Amino acid sequence: MMKIEVLGTGCKKCKELYERTLEAVKTEGVEAEVIKEENIVKIMEAGLMSTPGLRIDGKVVSYGKVPKVEEIRSYLK
Amino acid sequence: MIGYILNFGWLGDLVTKLLLLFGVDMGTRFGESVHFFIFDVIKILILLSLMIFFISYIRSYFSVEKTKRTLEKMGGFKSHVMASLLGTVTPFCSCSSVPLFIGFVEGGIPLGVTFSFLITSPIVNEAAFIILLGTFGVKVAVFYAIAGVTVGVVGGYIIHILKLEKYVEEYVYKVKMGHTEIKKITRKERIEFAKENVKETVSKIWLYLLIGIGIGAFIHGWAPEDLLVKYAGPENPFGVFVATIVAIPLYSNAMGTIPIAEALINKGVGIGTALAFMMATTALSFPETVLLKKVVKVKLIMIFVAIVGTGILIVGYLFNYFL
Repeated sequence: MMKIEVLGTGCKKCKELYERTLEAVKTEGVEAEVIKEENIVKIMEAGLMSTPGLRIDGKVVSYGKVPKVEEIRSYLK
Repeated sequence: MIGYILNFGWLGDLVTKLLLLFGVDMGTRFGESVHFFIFDVIKILILLSLMIFFISYIRSYFSVEKTKRTLEKMGGFKSHVMASLLGTVTPFCSCSSVPLFIGFVEGGIPLGVTFSFLITSPIVNEAAFIILLGTFGVKVAVFYAIAGVTVGVVGGYIIHILKLEKYVEEYVYKVKMGHTEIKKITRKERIEFAKENVKETVSKIWLYLLIGIGIGAFIHGWAPEDLLVKYAGPENPFGVFVATIVAIPLYSNAMGTIPIAEALINKGVGIGTALAFMMATTALSFPETVLLKKVVKVKLIMIFVAIVGTGILIVGYLFNYFL
Protein backbone atom coordinates (compact mmCIF):
# COMPACT_ATOMS: atom_id res chain seq x y z
CA MET A 1 0.00 0.00 0.00
CA MET A 2 1.14 3.47 -0.90
CA LYS A 3 1.87 5.97 1.82
CA ILE A 4 0.98 9.52 0.87
CA GLU A 5 1.73 12.48 3.12
CA VAL A 6 0.34 15.96 2.73
CA LEU A 7 2.92 18.23 4.36
CA GLY A 8 1.74 21.57 5.63
CA THR A 9 1.10 23.48 8.81
CA GLY A 10 -2.63 23.59 8.29
CA CYS A 11 -3.24 26.59 6.07
CA LYS A 12 -6.01 26.79 3.51
CA LYS A 13 -3.80 25.53 0.69
CA CYS A 14 -2.80 22.48 2.71
CA LYS A 15 -6.43 21.49 3.17
CA GLU A 16 -7.05 21.97 -0.51
CA LEU A 17 -4.12 19.71 -1.37
CA TYR A 18 -5.43 17.08 1.02
CA GLU A 19 -8.86 17.13 -0.64
CA ARG A 20 -7.36 16.92 -4.11
CA THR A 21 -5.10 14.06 -3.09
CA LEU A 22 -8.05 12.09 -1.77
CA GLU A 23 -9.86 12.69 -5.04
CA ALA A 24 -6.83 11.65 -7.08
CA VAL A 25 -6.47 8.44 -5.08
CA LYS A 26 -10.14 7.66 -5.61
CA THR A 27 -10.20 8.32 -9.36
CA GLU A 28 -6.90 6.55 -9.91
CA GLY A 29 -8.17 3.59 -7.92
CA VAL A 30 -4.94 2.95 -6.02
CA GLU A 31 -4.71 1.63 -2.53
CA ALA A 32 -3.15 4.32 -0.44
CA GLU A 33 -3.08 5.75 3.01
CA VAL A 34 -3.32 9.54 2.93
CA ILE A 35 -2.18 11.35 6.03
CA LYS A 36 -1.70 14.96 6.98
CA GLU A 37 1.67 15.86 8.42
CA GLU A 38 1.33 19.12 10.32
CA ASN A 39 4.38 18.90 12.56
CA ILE A 40 6.73 21.64 11.46
CA VAL A 41 9.88 19.75 12.48
CA LYS A 42 8.82 16.72 10.41
CA ILE A 43 8.03 18.98 7.48
CA MET A 44 11.48 20.54 7.68
CA GLU A 45 13.10 17.12 7.89
CA ALA A 46 11.40 16.32 4.59
CA GLY A 47 13.41 19.23 3.16
CA LEU A 48 10.46 21.55 2.62
CA MET A 49 10.58 25.30 2.88
CA SER A 50 7.53 26.12 0.85
CA THR A 51 4.33 24.43 1.85
CA PRO A 52 2.15 22.60 1.05
CA GLY A 53 4.14 19.62 -0.10
CA LEU A 54 3.27 16.12 -1.20
CA ARG A 55 5.36 13.07 -0.33
CA ILE A 56 4.69 9.65 -1.75
CA ASP A 57 6.46 6.66 -0.20
CA GLY A 58 9.10 8.91 1.26
CA LYS A 59 9.81 10.94 -1.89
CA VAL A 60 8.78 14.59 -2.17
CA VAL A 61 7.01 14.99 -5.50
CA SER A 62 5.66 18.50 -5.19
CA TYR A 63 6.08 21.53 -2.97
CA GLY A 64 5.06 25.16 -2.73
CA LYS A 65 1.90 24.73 -4.76
CA VAL A 66 -1.39 22.90 -4.96
CA PRO A 67 -1.10 20.71 -8.04
CA LYS A 68 -4.17 19.84 -10.09
CA VAL A 69 -5.85 16.48 -9.52
CA GLU A 70 -4.51 15.19 -12.87
CA GLU A 71 -0.98 16.08 -11.82
CA ILE A 72 -1.38 14.24 -8.52
CA ARG A 73 -2.75 11.24 -10.41
CA SER A 74 0.38 11.16 -12.57
CA TYR A 75 2.48 10.82 -9.40
CA LEU A 76 0.38 7.89 -8.28
CA LYS A 77 1.17 5.83 -11.37
CA MET B 1 -1.26 59.47 -26.21
CA ILE B 2 0.66 56.72 -24.39
CA GLY B 3 -0.14 58.46 -21.13
CA TYR B 4 -3.80 58.50 -22.11
CA ILE B 5 -3.70 54.73 -22.63
CA LEU B 6 -1.61 53.98 -19.56
CA ASN B 7 -3.51 56.10 -17.09
CA PHE B 8 -6.78 54.82 -18.48
CA GLY B 9 -7.95 58.24 -19.68
CA TRP B 10 -9.84 56.39 -22.41
CA LEU B 11 -11.70 54.35 -19.83
CA GLY B 12 -12.62 57.47 -17.87
CA ASP B 13 -14.06 59.06 -20.98
CA LEU B 14 -15.85 55.87 -21.89
CA VAL B 15 -17.48 55.60 -18.46
CA THR B 16 -18.48 59.28 -18.62
CA LYS B 17 -20.16 58.72 -21.99
CA LEU B 18 -21.92 55.61 -20.74
CA LEU B 19 -23.18 57.40 -17.65
CA LEU B 20 -24.46 60.29 -19.76
CA LEU B 21 -26.27 57.74 -21.90
CA PHE B 22 -28.08 56.57 -18.79
CA GLY B 23 -28.84 60.14 -17.83
CA VAL B 24 -26.41 60.32 -14.89
CA ASP B 25 -25.20 63.89 -14.48
CA MET B 26 -21.44 64.01 -13.93
CA GLY B 27 -21.73 67.35 -12.17
CA THR B 28 -23.47 65.81 -9.16
CA ARG B 29 -21.91 64.05 -6.19
CA PHE B 30 -23.79 60.90 -7.08
CA GLY B 31 -22.49 61.01 -10.63
CA GLU B 32 -18.94 61.54 -9.45
CA SER B 33 -19.10 58.62 -7.03
CA VAL B 34 -20.63 56.23 -9.54
CA HIS B 35 -18.04 57.21 -12.13
CA PHE B 36 -15.20 56.67 -9.66
CA PHE B 37 -16.56 53.25 -8.70
CA ILE B 38 -17.10 51.86 -12.22
CA PHE B 39 -13.88 53.35 -13.54
CA ASP B 40 -11.75 52.02 -10.70
CA VAL B 41 -13.21 48.52 -10.68
CA ILE B 42 -12.63 48.01 -14.40
CA LYS B 43 -9.22 49.66 -14.41
CA ILE B 44 -7.82 47.72 -11.50
CA LEU B 45 -9.14 44.38 -12.70
CA ILE B 46 -7.57 44.84 -16.15
CA LEU B 47 -4.26 46.00 -14.72
CA LEU B 48 -4.13 43.28 -12.11
CA SER B 49 -4.83 40.37 -14.41
CA LEU B 50 -2.42 41.45 -17.14
CA MET B 51 0.45 42.46 -14.95
CA ILE B 52 0.20 39.65 -12.43
CA PHE B 53 0.45 37.24 -15.30
CA PHE B 54 3.69 38.77 -16.60
CA ILE B 55 5.26 39.32 -13.20
CA SER B 56 4.38 35.80 -12.07
CA TYR B 57 6.03 34.42 -15.16
CA ILE B 58 9.22 36.21 -14.17
CA ARG B 59 8.76 35.14 -10.58
CA SER B 60 8.63 31.49 -11.60
CA TYR B 61 12.39 31.75 -12.20
CA PHE B 62 12.85 32.35 -8.48
CA SER B 63 12.05 30.10 -5.54
CA VAL B 64 12.64 30.16 -1.79
CA GLU B 65 14.97 27.18 -2.24
CA LYS B 66 17.18 29.04 -4.72
CA THR B 67 17.01 32.19 -2.60
CA LYS B 68 18.21 30.20 0.40
CA ARG B 69 21.18 28.85 -1.54
CA THR B 70 22.13 32.31 -2.77
CA LEU B 71 21.98 33.82 0.70
CA GLU B 72 23.88 30.95 2.32
CA LYS B 73 26.91 31.83 0.23
CA MET B 74 26.88 35.51 1.12
CA GLY B 75 27.75 37.51 4.16
CA GLY B 76 27.95 41.02 5.52
CA PHE B 77 25.79 44.00 4.76
CA LYS B 78 25.33 43.11 1.11
CA SER B 79 23.49 39.95 2.09
CA HIS B 80 20.81 42.18 3.65
CA VAL B 81 20.46 44.04 0.36
CA MET B 82 20.29 40.78 -1.55
CA ALA B 83 17.76 39.26 0.87
CA SER B 84 15.57 42.32 0.63
CA LEU B 85 15.74 42.43 -3.18
CA LEU B 86 15.01 38.71 -3.43
CA GLY B 87 12.11 39.28 -1.06
CA THR B 88 10.41 41.36 -3.73
CA VAL B 89 10.53 38.67 -6.43
CA THR B 90 10.61 35.29 -4.68
CA PRO B 91 7.18 33.69 -4.83
CA PHE B 92 6.27 33.21 -1.23
CA CYS B 93 3.01 32.82 0.61
CA SER B 94 2.84 34.19 4.13
CA CYS B 95 1.57 30.79 5.30
CA SER B 96 5.07 29.47 4.52
CA SER B 97 6.87 32.03 6.67
CA VAL B 98 7.49 29.53 9.49
CA PRO B 99 9.16 26.82 7.36
CA LEU B 100 11.04 29.56 5.51
CA PHE B 101 12.31 31.03 8.75
CA ILE B 102 13.49 27.66 10.06
CA GLY B 103 14.98 26.76 6.70
CA PHE B 104 16.98 29.99 6.51
CA VAL B 105 18.26 29.72 10.08
CA GLU B 106 19.12 26.06 9.57
CA GLY B 107 21.09 26.99 6.48
CA GLY B 108 23.22 29.34 8.56
CA ILE B 109 21.66 32.51 7.18
CA PRO B 110 21.93 35.17 9.91
CA LEU B 111 18.75 36.17 11.72
CA GLY B 112 18.94 39.77 10.50
CA VAL B 113 19.25 38.69 6.88
CA THR B 114 16.25 36.40 7.29
CA PHE B 115 14.28 39.36 8.61
CA SER B 116 15.42 41.56 5.71
CA PHE B 117 13.69 39.03 3.48
CA LEU B 118 10.61 38.67 5.67
CA ILE B 119 10.09 42.43 6.01
CA THR B 120 10.34 43.33 2.33
CA SER B 121 8.47 40.35 0.95
CA PRO B 122 4.96 41.43 2.01
CA ILE B 123 5.55 45.18 1.51
CA VAL B 124 6.73 44.99 -2.08
CA ASN B 125 4.54 42.59 -3.97
CA GLU B 126 3.31 42.70 -7.53
CA ALA B 127 -0.32 43.37 -6.75
CA ALA B 128 0.41 46.40 -4.57
CA PHE B 129 2.95 47.65 -7.09
CA ILE B 130 0.55 47.37 -10.01
CA ILE B 131 -2.31 49.10 -8.26
CA LEU B 132 0.03 51.90 -7.19
CA LEU B 133 1.23 52.18 -10.76
CA GLY B 134 -2.29 52.46 -12.07
CA THR B 135 -3.48 54.85 -9.39
CA PHE B 136 -0.54 57.15 -8.72
CA GLY B 137 1.78 56.63 -11.66
CA VAL B 138 5.27 55.26 -12.18
CA LYS B 139 7.12 57.64 -9.86
CA VAL B 140 5.15 56.78 -6.74
CA ALA B 141 5.18 53.04 -7.50
CA VAL B 142 8.95 52.99 -7.96
CA PHE B 143 9.56 55.09 -4.85
CA TYR B 144 7.29 52.79 -2.91
CA ALA B 145 9.30 49.75 -4.02
CA ILE B 146 12.62 51.42 -3.20
CA ALA B 147 11.30 52.50 0.20
CA GLY B 148 10.05 48.98 0.91
CA VAL B 149 13.41 47.43 0.06
CA THR B 150 15.21 50.03 2.19
CA VAL B 151 12.99 49.36 5.21
CA GLY B 152 13.82 45.65 4.82
CA VAL B 153 17.58 46.20 4.52
CA VAL B 154 17.85 48.63 7.42
CA GLY B 155 15.32 46.83 9.64
CA GLY B 156 17.08 43.48 9.16
CA TYR B 157 20.46 45.08 9.72
CA ILE B 158 19.36 46.61 13.02
CA ILE B 159 18.06 43.22 14.15
CA HIS B 160 21.48 41.84 13.23
CA ILE B 161 23.34 44.52 15.22
CA LEU B 162 21.14 44.00 18.27
CA LYS B 163 22.13 40.29 18.33
CA LEU B 164 18.67 38.94 19.02
CA GLU B 165 19.45 35.29 18.28
CA LYS B 166 18.64 34.39 21.89
CA TYR B 167 15.00 35.22 21.26
CA VAL B 168 14.63 32.50 18.68
CA GLU B 169 12.90 29.38 20.01
CA GLU B 170 15.52 26.74 20.86
CA TYR B 171 13.99 23.96 18.80
CA VAL B 172 14.60 25.99 15.63
CA TYR B 173 18.35 25.52 16.00
CA LYS B 174 17.98 21.79 16.43
CA VAL B 175 16.05 21.13 13.26
CA LYS B 176 17.99 19.15 10.70
CA MET B 177 16.57 19.88 7.34
CA GLY B 178 16.29 17.19 4.72
CA HIS B 179 17.72 17.61 1.27
CA THR B 180 15.59 19.56 -1.15
CA GLU B 181 15.72 18.85 -4.81
CA ILE B 182 15.22 21.97 -6.86
CA LYS B 183 12.80 21.08 -9.57
CA LYS B 184 13.29 21.97 -13.20
CA ILE B 185 10.33 23.90 -14.51
CA THR B 186 9.13 23.79 -18.10
CA ARG B 187 7.73 26.80 -19.94
CA LYS B 188 4.28 25.24 -19.85
CA GLU B 189 4.53 25.00 -16.07
CA ARG B 190 5.61 28.64 -15.82
CA ILE B 191 2.57 29.75 -17.80
CA GLU B 192 0.40 27.52 -15.66
CA PHE B 193 1.95 29.05 -12.52
CA ALA B 194 1.30 32.57 -13.82
CA LYS B 195 -2.32 31.75 -14.69
CA GLU B 196 -2.90 30.18 -11.29
CA ASN B 197 -1.44 33.25 -9.63
CA VAL B 198 -3.80 35.59 -11.48
CA LYS B 199 -6.77 33.46 -10.48
CA GLU B 200 -5.61 33.17 -6.90
CA THR B 201 -4.80 36.85 -6.41
CA VAL B 202 -7.95 38.13 -8.04
CA SER B 203 -10.16 35.71 -6.13
CA LYS B 204 -8.39 36.64 -2.90
CA ILE B 205 -8.65 40.39 -3.20
CA TRP B 206 -11.69 41.23 -5.34
CA LEU B 207 -13.98 41.64 -2.35
CA TYR B 208 -11.52 43.88 -0.51
CA LEU B 209 -11.11 45.84 -3.71
CA LEU B 210 -14.84 46.33 -4.20
CA ILE B 211 -15.27 47.44 -0.59
CA GLY B 212 -12.19 49.65 -0.83
CA ILE B 213 -13.31 51.21 -4.08
CA GLY B 214 -16.83 51.61 -2.66
CA ILE B 215 -15.51 53.52 0.35
CA GLY B 216 -13.20 55.43 -1.99
CA ALA B 217 -16.15 56.34 -4.20
CA PHE B 218 -18.05 57.61 -1.18
CA ILE B 219 -15.10 59.71 -0.01
CA HIS B 220 -14.75 60.95 -3.55
CA GLY B 221 -18.25 62.33 -3.64
CA TRP B 222 -18.95 63.20 -0.01
CA ALA B 223 -15.97 63.51 2.30
CA PRO B 224 -15.40 67.10 3.48
CA GLU B 225 -12.14 68.17 1.95
CA ASP B 226 -11.13 70.92 4.35
CA LEU B 227 -11.61 68.67 7.35
CA LEU B 228 -9.44 65.90 5.89
CA VAL B 229 -6.69 68.30 4.90
CA LYS B 230 -6.72 69.71 8.39
CA TYR B 231 -6.36 66.34 10.14
CA ALA B 232 -4.53 64.17 7.65
CA GLY B 233 -2.97 66.59 5.19
CA PRO B 234 0.78 66.70 4.64
CA GLU B 235 1.03 69.68 6.99
CA ASN B 236 -0.20 67.74 9.99
CA PRO B 237 2.84 66.22 11.74
CA PHE B 238 0.78 63.45 13.38
CA GLY B 239 -0.97 62.25 10.23
CA VAL B 240 1.61 59.58 9.35
CA PHE B 241 1.87 58.42 12.93
CA VAL B 242 -1.86 57.93 13.34
CA ALA B 243 -2.15 56.20 9.96
CA THR B 244 0.57 53.68 10.87
CA ILE B 245 -0.85 52.90 14.29
CA VAL B 246 -4.37 52.49 12.92
CA ALA B 247 -3.13 50.11 10.24
CA ILE B 248 -1.47 47.55 12.55
CA PRO B 249 -4.52 45.75 13.95
CA LEU B 250 -6.38 46.16 10.70
CA TYR B 251 -6.64 42.83 9.01
CA SER B 252 -7.08 44.05 5.55
CA ASN B 253 -5.61 43.48 2.24
CA ALA B 254 -3.21 46.19 1.15
CA MET B 255 -4.89 46.19 -2.20
CA GLY B 256 -8.21 47.11 -0.67
CA THR B 257 -6.68 50.11 1.04
CA ILE B 258 -5.26 51.62 -2.16
CA PRO B 259 -8.56 52.86 -3.62
CA ILE B 260 -9.32 54.43 -0.24
CA ALA B 261 -5.87 55.98 -0.25
CA GLU B 262 -6.39 57.30 -3.75
CA ALA B 263 -9.65 59.00 -2.86
CA LEU B 264 -8.11 60.44 0.30
CA ILE B 265 -5.11 61.79 -1.59
CA ASN B 266 -7.39 63.41 -4.13
CA LYS B 267 -9.02 65.09 -1.18
CA GLY B 268 -5.72 66.47 0.03
CA VAL B 269 -4.44 63.79 2.44
CA GLY B 270 -0.65 63.49 2.31
CA ILE B 271 0.64 60.80 -0.05
CA GLY B 272 3.19 59.68 2.55
CA THR B 273 0.40 59.29 5.08
CA ALA B 274 -1.50 57.06 2.68
CA LEU B 275 1.55 54.98 1.73
CA ALA B 276 2.59 54.53 5.37
CA PHE B 277 -0.89 53.21 6.03
CA MET B 278 -0.55 50.73 3.18
CA MET B 279 2.90 49.54 4.21
CA ALA B 280 1.82 49.07 7.79
CA THR B 281 -1.22 47.01 6.84
CA THR B 282 0.98 44.57 4.93
CA ALA B 283 4.24 44.47 6.87
CA LEU B 284 2.84 44.64 10.38
CA SER B 285 -0.41 42.81 9.81
CA PHE B 286 -1.48 41.07 12.96
CA PRO B 287 -2.09 37.55 11.59
CA GLU B 288 1.35 37.48 10.06
CA THR B 289 3.22 38.59 13.14
CA VAL B 290 1.28 36.02 15.16
CA LEU B 291 2.53 33.29 12.82
CA LEU B 292 6.09 34.20 13.74
CA LYS B 293 5.34 33.40 17.36
CA LYS B 294 5.88 29.75 16.48
CA VAL B 295 9.57 30.39 15.90
CA VAL B 296 10.56 33.44 17.93
CA LYS B 297 9.77 34.82 21.36
CA VAL B 298 7.30 37.65 21.86
CA LYS B 299 10.07 40.08 22.70
CA LEU B 300 11.63 39.69 19.27
CA ILE B 301 8.25 40.18 17.62
CA MET B 302 7.81 43.41 19.55
CA ILE B 303 11.27 44.64 18.56
CA PHE B 304 10.46 43.68 14.97
CA VAL B 305 7.20 45.66 15.04
CA ALA B 306 8.95 48.65 16.63
CA ILE B 307 11.77 48.71 14.07
CA VAL B 308 9.56 48.20 11.02
CA GLY B 309 6.99 50.65 12.38
CA THR B 310 9.65 53.32 12.82
CA GLY B 311 10.95 52.64 9.32
CA ILE B 312 7.49 53.06 7.85
CA LEU B 313 7.00 56.31 9.78
CA ILE B 314 10.23 57.72 8.37
CA VAL B 315 9.24 56.68 4.85
CA GLY B 316 5.82 58.30 5.31
CA TYR B 317 7.31 61.60 6.42
CA LEU B 318 9.87 61.58 3.64
CA PHE B 319 7.14 61.00 1.06
CA ASN B 320 5.01 63.79 2.47
CA TYR B 321 7.99 66.06 2.40
CA PHE B 322 9.39 65.28 -1.04
CA LEU B 323 6.48 64.18 -3.24
